[in-house]
Amino acid sequence: MSEVVEKKDIKSQYLELFSENIDKISNVSSSIINKFRNQAIKDFEKLDIPNKRNENYKYLDLKTAFDNKYNYNFIQSKIQVKLEEVFRCDVPEMDTESIVLINGWYGNKTNLLQKVEGKAIIGSFSEAAKQYPDLFEKYYSKSKNIEKESLVSLNTAFAGDGIFFYVPDNIVLEKPIQIINLMVSEEDTFAQPRNLFILGKNSQAKIIVCDHTLSASKFLSNSVTEVFQEENSVFDIYNLQNEHNGASKVSSVFFNQSNKSTLLSNIITLHGGVVRNNVYVNVDGEHCESKLYGLYLSDKWQNIDNYTYVSHNKPNCNSSQFYKGILDDASIGAFNGKIYVSREAQKTSAYQANNNILLTNDAKVNSKPQLEIYADDVKCSHGATSGQIDENALFYLRSRGISEKEARFLLLYAFTNEIIKEIKVEALRDRISNLVDKRLRGELARCNSCVINCC
Amino acid sequence: MFLFRLNTYKMLKIVDLHANINEKEILRGINLEIKAGEVHAIMGPNGSGKSTLAAVLAGREIFNVTKGEVIFNGKNLLELSPEDRAREGIFLGFQYPIEIPGVSMVSFMKTAVNEARKYKNLPAYSSSDFLKLMREKTALVEIDSKLTNRSVNEGFSGGEKKKNEIFQMAMLEPKLAILDETDSGLDIDALRIVSNGVNKLKNKDNATVVITHYQRLLDYIVPDFVHILYNGRIVKSSGKELALELEERGYDWIKKGEV
Repeated sequence: MSEVVEKKDIKSQYLELFSENIDKISNVSSSIINKFRNQAIKDFEKLDIPNKRNENYKYLDLKTAFDNKYNYNFIQSKIQVKLEEVFRCDVPEMDTESIVLINGWYGNKTNLLQKVEGKAIIGSFSEAAKQYPDLFEKYYSKSKNIEKESLVSLNTAFAGDGIFFYVPDNIVLEKPIQIINLMVSEEDTFAQPRNLFILGKNSQAKIIVCDHTLSASKFLSNSVTEVFQEENSVFDIYNLQNEHNGASKVSSVFFNQSNKSTLLSNIITLHGGVVRNNVYVNVDGEHCESKLYGLYLSDKWQNIDNYTYVSHNKPNCNSSQFYKGILDDASIGAFNGKIYVSREAQKTSAYQANNNILLTNDAKVNSKPQLEIYADDVKCSHGATSGQIDENALFYLRSRGISEKEARFLLLYAFTNEIIKEIKVEALRDRISNLVDKRLRGELARCNSCVINCC
Repeated sequence: MFLFRLNTYKMLKIVDLHANINEKEILRGINLEIKAGEVHAIMGPNGSGKSTLAAVLAGREIFNVTKGEVIFNGKNLLELSPEDRAREGIFLGFQYPIEIPGVSMVSFMKTAVNEARKYKNLPAYSSSDFLKLMREKTALVEIDSKLTNRSVNEGFSGGEKKKNEIFQMAMLEPKLAILDETDSGLDIDALRIVSNGVNKLKNKDNATVVITHYQRLLDYIVPDFVHILYNGRIVKSSGKELALELEERGYDWIKKGEV
């Protein structure tokens, strides 16, 4: 009994963690980042850790994930990961030097910021805030509605390190850049990476983020990524999530689009205990294109929750969202997506679809597509389905001599292919296709060359 | 005393076959024998049970067989799963072939052909051998090779889907092909191509059952026997001249019981 009485509520644990360590946090950070902390922790205190009473978190209770005594790294991790020994994702055609985050901190201690193809800059968020104060003044924590999410505020309060990526005006990067986001520790660990990606006018870049857990401890990650796309920029971001069942992850990405910018986001969740992906697209220019894709494969007691909010504030833009999921065992999935069209955003074309296959009677999916439209000359549609494998198609394949098991696999694979085929980096598409293949066959879904069993 | 004729062993023997769906009896005692080398046509008005018979033979599980037996090359067909029936040599040409977006024709056929080979203890085809086979059969049935590079039936026209059925038949080389209304919705050119394919694949060791509503198809695929199916029973069997009689007189005389 006494234990229950003494137990602090979860929010207080994190408020205390902040007040006890604020000096440590601020000491290693730039003043531009520090000045947001006090307001952010107040916002977090007011909003609390989201539970099911929050409309946007209707299908997910994050309390359990946050209710654990995690270790927190307030400075760059002591862990030296020799990438070539423990982890090598050798997707060809990628830039040879991978960018690594370890428990939310930049992995390369000697080279904190580096040039990409001689023109763009990538490296430590913490270091960049000191070296590029003008860019940070202009962009950091400037995404629309960023203060409205409690967990984003929690991240802003603690923000230490993450990835900074800057592509100056008129620079087109030929090769995709890979960011490997590792969680590795002998202790249960909480990390809050903070990323800032800036794409200048007429610039183009592709980023691939691979999330992995490398040890069996419990992990919690609460990451925030802000992306600013200036006029006529083109940005593709792929996120491959492959973490173990004891890992919980909340990822919030804010895309801010200016005139004529093009965005492609594709989140592939292969594995993970609790996964919450928040994607906010703020379409703040005319003639923009935004494409959001998502694929989630879950089994056991996994819980994968996708939330999108596409806000059309200017006329003549197109957006589309296409999320698909396959849920096995007693796993739970959700797609909660909203399209908002302001009064000014005439000639908007917005589309949203979510399709799910449930493989058992215990698997569950909640799909909630929503439209909120204030303009009168728009084309918007949304739809959601959830069902079982098509029995007619299954019989068709079996009638050609294909075993039931193989036929089921072929149909599931085909279902996922509609998302996989939208990956524009061919080598990555092949690799992910291969991983999904293994995942659906119940074999271990990890990169071929990765020596550590990460799921 | 039984009299066995050379080269004509009974491939398929259906005895008093009854089947229902949702408690509704569709097949009410089918009897039919088919020997290697033969072409049988099954005709009949809509709703007589033609497609049900085809589906039951292929192993469609939504139908319940309540009585009777089907022996295929000495094996009890009704005990086999749909995939094992296919591997034993049954092929169903679908009236409405299914579109399967995302599954390529190549991986579909490769899986099917190699699973059948595995069943017969034969080694799987290598990729190059398999593609060679695809090319041969593509040419044989005059199907556009562009179709075989696409997803299974996805976006195919009605005629293309039927040609694709014949192409799959050519790839799988069944002993007994059951073609369910393959002619429905086909223009005359497609009908010719489909029929040519069937005729080319015909030999003394295999048999074909053509299910059709119209006599027209039988100008191209000439049957040895014509059966009229009505109300779940074969009510009349005869030579190919029966099809012509049906063409002239329609099905009303059958329905009135003038057989």
